[in-house]
Amino acid sequence: MSWFKRITSGINTQTSQKKEVPDGLWFKCKKCRFTGTQKELSDKLFVCPSCGTHYSLSAQQYFELLFDEEKFEELFNNIEPEDFLQFSDLRSYKTRIAEATEKTGLKDAVRVGKGTLEKQAVVIVAMDFGFIGGSMGSVVGEKIALAIDYCIKHKLPLIIISKSGGARMMESAFSLMQMAKTAAKLTQLAEAQLPYISLLTDPTTGGVTASYAMLGDVNLAEPNALIAFAGPRVVKETIKKDLPPGFQRSEFLLEKGFLDRVVPRQKLKAELGQILSFFAH
Amino acid sequence: MSKLFLDFEKPIEDIYVQIEKVQKLGETQRVDVSEQVALLEAQIETTTQKIYADLNGWQRVQLSRHPERPYTLFYINELCKGDFLELYGDRCHGDDKAMVGGFGNLDGQTVMFIGQQKGTTAKTRQYRNFGMPNPEGYRKALRLMKLAEKFNKPIVTFIDTPGAFPGIEAEERGQAEAIARNLFEMLRLKVPIICVIIGEGASGGALGIGIGDRLLMMENTWFSVISPESCSSILWRSWDFKETAAEQLQLTAEHMKKYGIVDAIIPEPLGGANRNPTLAAEIVKKYLLEHLQQVQKEKPQARLQKRIEHYASIGHFKTSS
Ligand SMILES: [Zn+2]
Repeated sequence: MSWFKRITSGINTQTSQKKEVPDGLWFKCKKCRFTGTQKELSDKLFVCPSCGTHYSLSAQQYFELLFDEEKFEELFNNIEPEDFLQFSDLRSYKTRIAEATEKTGLKDAVRVGKGTLEKQAVVIVAMDFGFIGGSMGSVVGEKIALAIDYCIKHKLPLIIISKSGGARMMESAFSLMQMAKTAAKLTQLAEAQLPYISLLTDPTTGGVTASYAMLGDVNLAEPNALIAFAGPRVVKETIKKDLPPGFQRSEFLLEKGFLDRVVPRQKLKAELGQILSFFAH
Repeated sequence: MSKLFLDFEKPIEDIYVQIEKVQKLGETQRVDVSEQVALLEAQIETTTQKIYADLNGWQRVQLSRHPERPYTLFYINELCKGDFLELYGDRCHGDDKAMVGGFGNLDGQTVMFIGQQKGTTAKTRQYRNFGMPNPEGYRKALRLMKLAEKFNKPIVTFIDTPGAFPGIEAEERGQAEAIARNLFEMLRLKVPIICVIIGEGASGGALGIGIGDRLLMMENTWFSVISPESCSSILWRSWDFKETAAEQLQLTAEHMKKYGIVDAIIPEPLGGANRNPTLAAEIVKKYLLEHLQQVQKEKPQARLQKRIEHYASIGHFKTSS
């Protein structure tokens, strides 16, 4: 695979990932302290060869991992955020957008790609945590809406890879309403009887979990991903007790009945291909 | 008359104190003070009008949480003149006291009423979990909505919540899934749905019963992705910026109307719904009947189409070529 080379050379590496995957030839797992080469890690799709910790991937990395021959066409890359409310806290939203764009080279927290996965045409929407915490604002909602229109028009299945801290506060009620917007578009996809596979990755919380991420015909998650409505800090503050081990992690949600499957990254493409094939035949 | 005053109502409170003083003076001195009292009472009216003509976001938030503000069951019972039967349980886990619902008779027409419920005393506030539903609350709401759909009855929801409950069990039982499911299903329900924000409209917990053909907002309520306090703590890293956060979030009924997120603002009695709950309910009823009539006229298919298109169109972004 060629994509890891680009990642390790830093072109597509986001700041958050740089911390986890140090530059240079070596990496040290933050969980088990296993030390190996960068190549070893990227060969394992950024899963620690020793303890299985799944390190975060960008939308670009998911596209290259999942689309056949890493080939895909990016759609709707002309949608950009707008500071409609002229929101300002310690910094202005405008500044935050500019900084996030500068840092990530992205326009917002979501990208849409079209291609084939195990020879089956599919639209994949993937979120980038590096852009303002993968938060959901109007652009995320609109790109999902356009992706769904595209799926309906071309009769294609949809995969959304979620990775988000939740709603984007700087867009206030407009951000909240993206929950309703994405759900509204998903009713149209359902009406067209096109499959929607939701993949929840670390972390998926707040308004994203409470809208499209939980609405898959099939809900999948990567191992040990934090998946929550209220984040662990808020829950802890509310109940004033320590949280049980594994709370709000993928395996916990699987046990509680909210996920169809927890899929290790090594098997992700094969399983997605299998699921798409079940829907298609 | 209510004697509970919010901080910005201090000038009104001062006049009340003055009236009491004058009355006491009249009693002890045995003089007629009715003229002075009448003058002061007129002053209360004008002062209240002045204060209420120009409330900021944070003041609306305070009013929406006024302890004497009427809650969901009060409105339902006033609207139906008591002809309301509460129905309990989600048929799955239990009955959530923070979410109430049931059939009621609204001027001869059966309506399914659903809403978050807060308590009025220390004990009942706890019992109602401060209006913060668990997943079973949202599932109970959905069960009742499906029941209404089956028998072709319109649905009215009353929104008043500081948010869905962020507890361990709530997460275990799928708070996110329950809310997401409600959004999805409410978008597809074939019967008319009117949603009314009667107090706090906080985040996904509010939206979980807030999808419909109309969203109405009472004058002294708010609707936001996050409470001003939490917003302040996250973005300003301090609890001290709630007023600023409230301004920045643009969360008032006026803002929501301007941005096309709500369809109408329901005016409240002078000084807020808490000053005259019965009158507040009368006004709510007038608006409900009017909007219900409008959406009932539409063909179900067209109504549904409009509902979905409305939500699908919300958002502000730039499109470059
Ligand atoms: Zn490891």
